[in-house]
Amino acid sequence: MKKVEIITRTFKLDDIKAGLSEIGIKGMTVSEVKGFGRQGGHKEVYRGAEYQVDFVVKVKIEVVVEDARVADVIAAATKAARTGQVGDGKIFVIPVEEVVRIRTGETGDAAV
Amino acid sequence: MNAADTAFVLICAALVMFMTPGLGLFYGGMVRSKNVLATIMQSFILLGLVSILWAVAGYTLAFGKDIGGIIGNLDFLFLNGVGMDATGAPVSNIPHLAFMIYQCMFAVITPALITGAFAERMRFGGFLVFTTLWIFLVYAPMAHWVWGKGWMAQMGALDFAGGAVVHMSSAAAALAATVVMGKRKGYGHMPFIPHNLPMTVLGAAILWFGWFGFNAGSALAADGFAANAFVTTHLAAAAAALAWIFMEWRHSGKATTLGAASGAVAGLVAITPAAGFVTPMPAILIGLGGGVFCFLAVILKNKFGYDDSLDVVGVHGVGGTWGAIATGLFASINKATGLFYGNPSQLWIQLASVAATWAFCFTASLILFKLVDATIGLRASADEEDRGLDLSQHNETGYQA
Repeated sequence: MKKVEIITRTFKLDDIKAGLSEIGIKGMTVSEVKGFGRQGGHKEVYRGAEYQVDFVVKVKIEVVVEDARVADVIAAATKAARTGQVGDGKIFVIPVEEVVRIRTGETGDAAV
Repeated sequence: MNAADTAFVLICAALVMFMTPGLGLFYGGMVRSKNVLATIMQSFILLGLVSILWAVAGYTLAFGKDIGGIIGNLDFLFLNGVGMDATGAPVSNIPHLAFMIYQCMFAVITPALITGAFAERMRFGGFLVFTTLWIFLVYAPMAHWVWGKGWMAQMGALDFAGGAVVHMSSAAAALAATVVMGKRKGYGHMPFIPHNLPMTVLGAAILWFGWFGFNAGSALAADGFAANAFVTTHLAAAAAALAWIFMEWRHSGKATTLGAASGAVAGLVAITPAAGFVTPMPAILIGLGGGVFCFLAVILKNKFGYDDSLDVVGVHGVGGTWGAIATGLFASINKATGLFYGNPSQLWIQLASVAATWAFCFTASLILFKLVDATIGLRASADEEDRGLDLSQHNETGYQA
């Protein structure tokens, strides 16, 4: 099993959810995160005082799938999130040792 | 006694009461989220503290029988003799109690205005003690001088609804606060970004609404002067909101909601001393001046680098001063005449009252701040400031994760 972690623009969340639903992904965890990369931050002005805001708000989507489906998830997410501009974000794939469904106690692929 | 006037003044008192929690929201949105409750509290609790102080002794010091032009006597201590008819009141058309409670709401909001200057770093206990001293030793004398037949009134100074008593006095105290308390930790090399501007805009809207009670109500009668003050108040706020956003559009490239809210308040401040003495078109000019001058003052503050956190001096000090001077220029009704209507001496009287107000309120406030600082302490510790005043002063937080 692998966890696919997609960090991208917040307004792409709905597109990604739709794209992943289409290939049969039935659950995900979503959080709002802040960070910086090549895109850099932006300027905000309050009563004439300028502030550089370095941390950009992004959305992080976490999906755990069987190894065989990782490529499909990456393809669907990439297709949904890509604008071609700096700041589209990144996808990380991380091995998952075990999954437990709390309600039934099932483990492994059956619990995903 | 007049029933319509009584009803009008009581409703206006309620409108002015609503301004203080409105101010709490206006300020609360501009601070960081860890200080939101402490900031709102510094306004809200004054509805408690100052109301009691006012009933016990503040009212009589301001509106008791004049002693040498300086202070009121103690005839109305504990509201003794302040009753359901007009006996003893400065006006004969409304109950003395109605006049007293209307004035009470002004006393409540004035020290609340100061809190913007020391936002995010004041200890709650020190704040309560300072405010108590300030009401008796600065606000009550000021109110007496201008509205209680004291020396400024005798000199002929015009202050319809509190340019000097409310706005310049609180701004002078704000300036003293920044001198005594210094900057917030990290000021100048850390961003201080308002955490909830929708809250600030809501607060500004409540202030604008309440200001009709503040200015129109200051006519103390449901009459033409009240209608005039209502209109001049609204037009000045409108003009100043526009003036501020156009200034910042030019200065930093975009019009902002914080600018619109700040501009509206600046215009309301500027028209306050003039509302019952000028006609609608001069009110628009006063509003435009308020928006432009206050915006420039706030920009200038950023260059000076003193930490008047929420711009009490820039908005209330500069706006109040401009309004007092503008009253000396544009006054034309209500038995008042300004420079532009052939009475240059009024301008000199206004300038004298401005200088005296700033000098007295700044000096007295500076002494009071230093006194409280030396005894029970004004400033939160570095650690308390880091954790935020909500947690360190009140054991609570505004938002759950």
